[in-house]
Amino acid sequence: MTPKSRLHIPHPSARPGEAPDFSYLSLSEAGAVTRPPSNAPASEIEILANEMVRVLDDKGVAKGEWNPELTPDQLLEALRLMLLTRQFDARMQRAQRQGKISFYMQSLGEEAISIAQGMALEPGDMMFPSYRNQGLFILRGTSLVDLMCQCLSNTRDMCKGRQMPIMYHNKEGNVFSVSGNLATQYPHAVGWAMASAIKGEEHIASAWVGDGSTAEADFHYALTFAAVYQAPVILNVVNNQWAISTFQGFAGGERRSFAARGLGLGIPGIRVDGNDPLAIYAVTQWAAERARQGGGPTLIEHVTYRGGAHSTSDDPSRYRPKNEWEAFPLGDPVKRLKQHLVVNGHWSDEQHQALLDELKVIVDDAWKEAVTYGTMTEGPKLDVRVMFDDVYAEIPPHLEKQRQELLALRGDLK
Amino acid sequence: MSQMNMIQAVRSALDVMMEKDSTVIVLGQDVGYFGGVFRCTDGLQAKYGEHRVIDAPIAEGGIIGSAIGIGVNGLRPVAEIQFADYIYPGLDQIISELARLRYRSGGEFFSPVTIRAPCGGGIRGGQTHSQSPEALFTHLSGVKTVMPSNPYDAKGLLISAIESDDPVIFFEPKRIYNGPFDGDPNKPAVPWSQHPGGEVPDDYYSIPLGKAAVVEEGDELSIITYGTMVHVAQAAVHKAGVHADIIDVRSLVPLDVETLRKSVEKTGRCLITHEASRFGGFGAELVATVQEECFWHLQAPIERVAGWETPYPHAFEWDYFPAQDRIIAGIKKIMEAV
Repeated sequence: MTPKSRLHIPHPSARPGEAPDFSYLSLSEAGAVTRPPSNAPASEIEILANEMVRVLDDKGVAKGEWNPELTPDQLLEALRLMLLTRQFDARMQRAQRQGKISFYMQSLGEEAISIAQGMALEPGDMMFPSYRNQGLFILRGTSLVDLMCQCLSNTRDMCKGRQMPIMYHNKEGNVFSVSGNLATQYPHAVGWAMASAIKGEEHIASAWVGDGSTAEADFHYALTFAAVYQAPVILNVVNNQWAISTFQGFAGGERRSFAARGLGLGIPGIRVDGNDPLAIYAVTQWAAERARQGGGPTLIEHVTYRGGAHSTSDDPSRYRPKNEWEAFPLGDPVKRLKQHLVVNGHWSDEQHQALLDELKVIVDDAWKEAVTYGTMTEGPKLDVRVMFDDVYAEIPPHLEKQRQELLALRGDLK
Repeated sequence: MSQMNMIQAVRSALDVMMEKDSTVIVLGQDVGYFGGVFRCTDGLQAKYGEHRVIDAPIAEGGIIGSAIGIGVNGLRPVAEIQFADYIYPGLDQIISELARLRYRSGGEFFSPVTIRAPCGGGIRGGQTHSQSPEALFTHLSGVKTVMPSNPYDAKGLLISAIESDDPVIFFEPKRIYNGPFDGDPNKPAVPWSQHPGGEVPDDYYSIPLGKAAVVEEGDELSIITYGTMVHVAQAAVHKAGVHADIIDVRSLVPLDVETLRKSVEKTGRCLITHEASRFGGFGAELVATVQEECFWHLQAPIERVAGWETPYPHAFEWDYFPAQDRIIAGIKKIMEAV
């Protein structure tokens, strides 16, 4: 018989109405993976791209060589920041449903990735976030009021009304401006890291993309440049299983891990339990240490699950089982960190509830303040004159002319 | 003062700026050890080192994307795209990132990248080594677009581009790298040493972006053009025996509207010419601008002479190129109008 070519169309393991099935996900036992020295040759540690670095086991006990041995204070700080991110998300999701903001994207279920990695980096390290890394802004000190005002496009909006919600930036905190075009920040991070090396500085860069965006050319440009110049950069792939409605198989994840994408270029890959803040902290430390020693880039795949919809414009019940997240074998990062703290006697249900109550007040108070600077429908409005600023460093004559033309039509602004 | 061709002038601009400002770095394909396929970076790596003159992988999107990150981290990158025809893989990085970074971040982040790219035809380059894609960039808000027509301008404008905190797309018409070209490929090549624009100061000087040059003065007609076509237009005007203002736009964005306005108000007649194809070309913007500014002074319809709306063909290069005969036909049409 003549062999026939076959067009393979990837299919997710379960669709709405079917039982969730994560049998495709290969897991390692907590503590099972060895921690090589951070200067190990890439060719000798390829196993890290196939196994999964895990520290917390199902009972909340930290195990193995990757345990970063964080202090109770550090663990509590991580828990607090993850919960704050989650509460902030919940409040903003509600604000969108109430028609107060036009759009929102939650990071539900992925909070550990921003918080734990962010905690393991130095303040001078530059972060290049994707649109689901709000935790990085919270961690690096952007106030909730400022984040909310950006989403409101109001008079205190850091973007001066030019960007849809969630496209934050924090210059002082070294968090780059979020782009709506996917994976474009990846080569930026590599370039930033190259400049750091050119200047002889110790700072490294870190960038995040989703599993879906690894298909973009920018991802591959970035890996090539990072490998060629051994740029001090951490390249994160957040594999949350879903890119809107297409599962990670459509980005080529069916046969090999995303962590393995760099192996052909000699970039070490680490596949990590993306819902285990201790494991994320540990692999980040490893990669950062390697980069600072001149060891070049590391690609980290965080295996996690997108707990919510892609955005407020999305309805995941149309393409995946409703209870899929509950069946996800790596659980919920907040619950797992809480369990770890409780198991070690540093935390209790009562303390947890008190923290939730405290954070709710903080978030609600921030919202109350944020709306005093205006909403899309009410309160003070941004001066439309700013529309013409910052296109160039100095406003050129043609833009000044256009601004005057608009102002002539809006006589009340004069 | 030295005699320089445009390649030497570009190199001199890079050299002067790298000497003056240690944050200036150069990256691109073949720019390092080899010194560039057109030799524009020859000797720079030997002088400034591998960390400042960096050979890059063949990935224009990666070159531009990483240059943006390099610029965000306080350096001043000059990226070379080997041919303007190859810039397209980097378009998303230019359009969505480089052009808008300052705007989208409320003025807090910016990246002062200069992108150099040899453009234009007349070198037997066929459709993949002859394009003039400037109109793709002049349509953007947030980048400046420049095209010099002689070595003196090339150096002064490139220095301004590198010093600018705004991103600049710097097109170098490669047909005139080695000498001015009047559009007739059968005539012997003329070196820059026979043209006043080939006299170039060795040291630092700059020409501001946003200022056109009046190359020749006349009172019968205004010819607005840039790049290689400046020289073709000059030859055509002399052959046609008309007295024309010939305006070299130099900086397409920002555009020196005032110089165009003054000239057309004086002459009442206007011909616009460029090598890029006509429909949606930058000439359309020039026509619109002249019409808005000078309508009541116009004595004839504005004429456009440009490349045909086909890809740049290898075998028919000199039928495609808007040479003197087409400009003369255009001039005749304008001068004979009531």
